[in-house]
Amino acid sequence: MSETLLTTPFYSMHLEAGAKMVPFAGFDMPVQYAMGVKQEHLHCRAAAGLFDVSHMGQVRITGPSMEAVALALESLIPADYFNLAAGRQRYGFFTNDNGGILDDLMVTNAGDHFFVVVNAACKAQDISHMQSHFGDDIQLDVLDDRALLALQGPKAAEVLARLAPEVMDMRFMDARPVAILGHPCFIGRAGYTGEDGFEISVANDRAEALAAALLAFDEVEWIGLGARDSLRLEAGLCLYGHDLNTETTPVSANLVWGMQKSRRAGGQRAAGFPGADIILSEIAHGPAQRRVGLLPEGKAPVREGVALVLADGSVIGTVTSGGFGPSLGAPLAMGYVDSVHAAVDTQVFALVRGKQLPCRVCKMPFVEQTYHR
Amino acid sequence: MSTLPQGLHYVASHEWIRDEGDGTVTIGVTDFAQEQLGDVVFVELPEVGAELASEDEFGVIESVKAASDLFAPVSGEVIEVNDQLDDDPELVNSDPYGDAWLLKVRLSNVAELEGLLDADAYSALCDGE
Repeated sequence: MSETLLTTPFYSMHLEAGAKMVPFAGFDMPVQYAMGVKQEHLHCRAAAGLFDVSHMGQVRITGPSMEAVALALESLIPADYFNLAAGRQRYGFFTNDNGGILDDLMVTNAGDHFFVVVNAACKAQDISHMQSHFGDDIQLDVLDDRALLALQGPKAAEVLARLAPEVMDMRFMDARPVAILGHPCFIGRAGYTGEDGFEISVANDRAEALAAALLAFDEVEWIGLGARDSLRLEAGLCLYGHDLNTETTPVSANLVWGMQKSRRAGGQRAAGFPGADIILSEIAHGPAQRRVGLLPEGKAPVREGVALVLADGSVIGTVTSGGFGPSLGAPLAMGYVDSVHAAVDTQVFALVRGKQLPCRVCKMPFVEQTYHR
Repeated sequence: MSTLPQGLHYVASHEWIRDEGDGTVTIGVTDFAQEQLGDVVFVELPEVGAELASEDEFGVIESVKAASDLFAPVSGEVIEVNDQLDDDPELVNSDPYGDAWLLKVRLSNVAELEGLLDADAYSALCDGE
């Protein structure tokens, strides 16, 4: 291999578990284990899946006050972090001057600092973006000494509570420090599968011991990036670089729910983020295209990059994620279509290998989310 | 490679070819191929009567992970297609040399069989991948 790939603290555990490793965002990551993508996916929906997401960027942000840090974040992200309570986390996205999305992220008010998790491929860019826009009084600490595990699925809470009973008191999007078997962890009750579950930040030198303790339970199996993608797609969740990019706005991506009222027109801290004029105008007048769910009517998967057309062949959009949903038992996709064709039940056609495959615009998620609210 | 049947012909694009001895062949994908593909969810095959030219694309196997083109190992006319794969594409994973055969083809040039790989040569090729 010509490029040197980074590894996570779980690297040798992955190999022992029979993982097929692939380069992903500069890391050598497990795309699947011996069980295979489909069975891993189904296992996560039936019991509990353990995901190594240590390639993602973990950053601790401090400043003269929590309010000052919140306002710094709000200067780049159109979400309300000023009113985010301690011990709560909230989704967000960095926007650019054209209203496009630079990355999506999870932001936690950890009481005396903000803790953010960003996508691996965007990590360096996000950090320099924050550094160049934040004042000198805002401090960014990249937590390269910490691993990140996700434990997801209907048995996740029961399993984790055997080691740390207090997690039962947490609800969706709560976050707090928790000791697991004496290992200091920072846990959020969230994830990227549509299932109830947790994301657990732990020091690199404690990471293997923690993973081993979780895997010791019959309910828990490693899940690779392959199933992570099919799980998030069934849950209707966006993947940055595919469903979101600098050309998609939060409005076209149907992520306006991630912009609290305080940041929208008429709100207390309306605008004040990059691209605000474009984004707020799109909220008022509607975007040119919208992200939609798509259900192919046949059995052939419809994948990323496939053109979406009307019966007369005119192009109305593009598929941005697509494949087969093991829990759905059918192909599924998401993509962008011209807004006039974005209504649920609209028939469109996917151009696959020269054929027009009929697809129906549908609501997302494709598989019901089971968050513990 | 533990499950590589002798007596079949193979090509580098991971299809197997069984000479039926009457100028026709049966074509499928190898165990190595299905292992690489992962869980198969869809198989697209040509219609009966289609003319195949050696090394041309003749169909697609879609797994949970990706779509992979199928390449004709020989030239000829498609005389039968395995319709069971419409309903049970996962047969490609469970029985690649048996129930998951893809096509039966009447050879237009029987001499093409001479240029195909035997089990040992194909096995060596897989070991190198």
